[in-house]
Amino acid sequence: MKPVKLRLKSVPKDAILCFVTQRNERIRLPYFLDYYRRAGVGHFLFVDNDSDDGSGEYLAGQPDVSLWRTTTSYKAARFGMDWLNWLLFRYGTGHWCLTVDPDEFLVYPHCDTRPLQALVDWMDNSGVKSFPAMLLDVYPEGRIGDQPYHEGQNPMEIARYFDAANYMIHKNGRHGNLWIQGGPRARAFFGRNPELAPALNKVPLIRWERQYAYISSTHMALPRTLNLVYDENGGERISGVLLHAKFLSTFITKSSEEMERGEHYANSQEYRAYNAVLHNDMVLHTPESRLYEDWRQLQDLGLISQGNWP
Amino acid sequence: MTGPVRLGVVFLCHNELDVAASMVRVWHDGGAAVAIHVDSRANEVNYQTMRQSLADLTDIVWVDRRRCEWGMFSMVGATQAAATALLDRFEDVTHVLVASGSCLPLRPVAELCDYLRRHPRVDFIESVSAQDVGWTMGGPNIERFERYFPVSWRKRRRLFDWLVEMQRKLRIRRTMPRGLVPHLGSQWWCLTRQTLDAILHDQRRSEFDRFFRYCWIPDESYFQTLARRHSTRIESRSLTLSKFDFQGRPYTFYGDHADMLSLSRCFVARKIWPGARELLSRFPEDLGAEGQRDEPDPGRIDRLIAATVARRTLGRPGLYMQSRFPLKDRENGKTAGPYALLQGFTDLFPDFEAWLQARVDADVHGHLFARESVEFAGRPRIGPGAISTHPESRDYDPYGFLTSLIRITDRMQVFQYGPRDLQALNWFMVTDPNATIRVITGAWVVPLMHSDMPFDDVRHIAARLQRTELSQLKVLRSVWVKADVEIWELSDFVARPAATLQRVVRDLTPGTWPLYDQYPQLRDLDQLGRFLQRLRNAGLQPRLMGDFPATRSEQEWNV
Repeated sequence: MKPVKLRLKSVPKDAILCFVTQRNERIRLPYFLDYYRRAGVGHFLFVDNDSDDGSGEYLAGQPDVSLWRTTTSYKAARFGMDWLNWLLFRYGTGHWCLTVDPDEFLVYPHCDTRPLQALVDWMDNSGVKSFPAMLLDVYPEGRIGDQPYHEGQNPMEIARYFDAANYMIHKNGRHGNLWIQGGPRARAFFGRNPELAPALNKVPLIRWERQYAYISSTHMALPRTLNLVYDENGGERISGVLLHAKFLSTFITKSSEEMERGEHYANSQEYRAYNAVLHNDMVLHTPESRLYEDWRQLQDLGLISQGNWP
Repeated sequence: MTGPVRLGVVFLCHNELDVAASMVRVWHDGGAAVAIHVDSRANEVNYQTMRQSLADLTDIVWVDRRRCEWGMFSMVGATQAAATALLDRFEDVTHVLVASGSCLPLRPVAELCDYLRRHPRVDFIESVSAQDVGWTMGGPNIERFERYFPVSWRKRRRLFDWLVEMQRKLRIRRTMPRGLVPHLGSQWWCLTRQTLDAILHDQRRSEFDRFFRYCWIPDESYFQTLARRHSTRIESRSLTLSKFDFQGRPYTFYGDHADMLSLSRCFVARKIWPGARELLSRFPEDLGAEGQRDEPDPGRIDRLIAATVARRTLGRPGLYMQSRFPLKDRENGKTAGPYALLQGFTDLFPDFEAWLQARVDADVHGHLFARESVEFAGRPRIGPGAISTHPESRDYDPYGFLTSLIRITDRMQVFQYGPRDLQALNWFMVTDPNATIRVITGAWVVPLMHSDMPFDDVRHIAARLQRTELSQLKVLRSVWVKADVEIWELSDFVARPAATLQRVVRDLTPGTWPLYDQYPQLRDLDQLGRFLQRLRNAGLQPRLMGDFPATRSEQEWNV
């Protein structure tokens, strides 16, 4: 991993940092950066995994982005986590750090009226060290290729639907985290073997300390107290979601490519499942799908909670 | 006495000095004299910037900076110093209010002065006797006065806890100075000059200060206790709106609370998030002449806070999610709403589901927990809330399956059940007050009787189903039952099916008293007695069906 463009000198001590790995996501980047700039991210730290679509050049030209580039294997770097853990260790300490993919959009309680800084200030004052936000897959109404996505567009204009109540939760004894599976991917591709469905639980926002580390993407972190983001006595703690706008027109080409590269988790099993269905034009929408409105809707449905933040 | 009122403000701040400076300006421009104490830990450059930015103000006094530690006596010391400076410097000050950099005046300072003028000689200081439980959130009450608290709770938590524990063990108890009755309350008070003067110049002040030096959080008890000694009239409430969570941490207000704060008609609110520009630019807000004499009424904010506390401590019943995953028996409600489990009915009435659906205000499902399918009402390809209809998905997290279904649907959920179905939730449902459970024991034998399977297989299945239902009945008859359970033996039920069905319907939809128009088609039970006898003859003792005569005629011997 080599630095391409570093602009970290000018970053204030209390800035919220955003850590991302990306590969050939040029078309998604403008909206992604815009979304998190508006939320209040102070600086982006990108690892570009050997892109050839101009995304590296685009990122290097952004005033609030520091860029590293690597040509080594995503899989060998434990799906990018080794790269990000290193950057978090080196630059994240003392900051609130948000680690997301280019197709993940954080929604937290009051995000329509309060910036991310208000959330992290509140967590600082409340002694909360990590913020959970499970993946909430969003998808379009028809076949996923029907509405082409264009650069700069809000992906949630196309992928507007989500699953409200089919989430399966197990407690992971070793790391203390909840293992959440479900949503459209589980029901459409893993109905008969739900244990193989992709994990949705994530802890993407952490007040970083030098001894911290992510294990297995941002699904789990060490030490295990970072994963204990849920209340066991009946009360609700604060939580949000990452709207996961994976299922856009860009997905079809992407998934064939990813399957061939075989660079993803569990031998790209997830992508294999998609491809089996893709030939019949994937439709994830059902009569039971919900149209996404705002964070209050998600709270009413019990997907997120304000916890103790009125 | 209704003479002129001049407000003095003891202003304490330690960070966000730029916001604090603008607050000082608000107080000052409203006509108040301000004594400013800046914690000595605050950045020196920021402090100088603040001083410069306020250099044009005439009626302010800067108090010597000292180090303020949360919960320690230094907070009282700073307040004493600032109050003394205020009273010495401004002889016309009649009332003194304590505020901080995160206290926002919601109404014009003149309205507050007018309010004080209309309540002459009243000290607005929350002051609750520490002997009566209830003021503090998440901390000791009277013990605050009875032990020594020499170290900071925030910084040296373990030493703090150890010291408290040791004093409890050694039974070290301090006695209050003679004549003082311990009182607690918010440190954001507003005292008259007379009372404050009397407290500051009390002949025994050094004795009191020595005592309070080792109390815990003396800023919530020093003035509250001493005001009782000197005040002629205490109004035990704070003019500053301040809310605490269940752990005693103050809640913060943001821009989206602006309307609620405005409606509260409180004079001052805290804490304000320093980034909430909307609040800083909107308040203090002058609603004109008709709003001038409004009494503070924070009802809506009280409700908001009560809802927040309830959500954080109790949560929503029947909700299992990423930030609420209660341990067994700590759920505060295992499920979100009422539901009913009917066992044995579909075995007797093939068309039971449709019959019942027409008679109750509920979603009537088939066997939701059938081994090979998930029979949602209407048999859709995908269930309510996009729940999968694959039994493998349901069995992977059956608790989530049931609780999600109940939470996502609007009506009561009714489903069929039996010993052929997944049994994993028996304990869960039986211990849930939301569950209504109606069981006809032994009814599972009827479909077996009508099947054309070889008798040997039938016997094996009957043995298995009977074992399952017997262990289920053990659960249903345990002492931990919270559900509404009724159980009939098959023979009792078929003796008077219409009346029993009517009761079942009535229990599911209270208030409706259906005529027994027609009860659904009952399966042919003529041969049941003989069939049970055949099972007996094959060595299986049927124990759940009740009495059916083994023989009724000579012909039956040949069945």
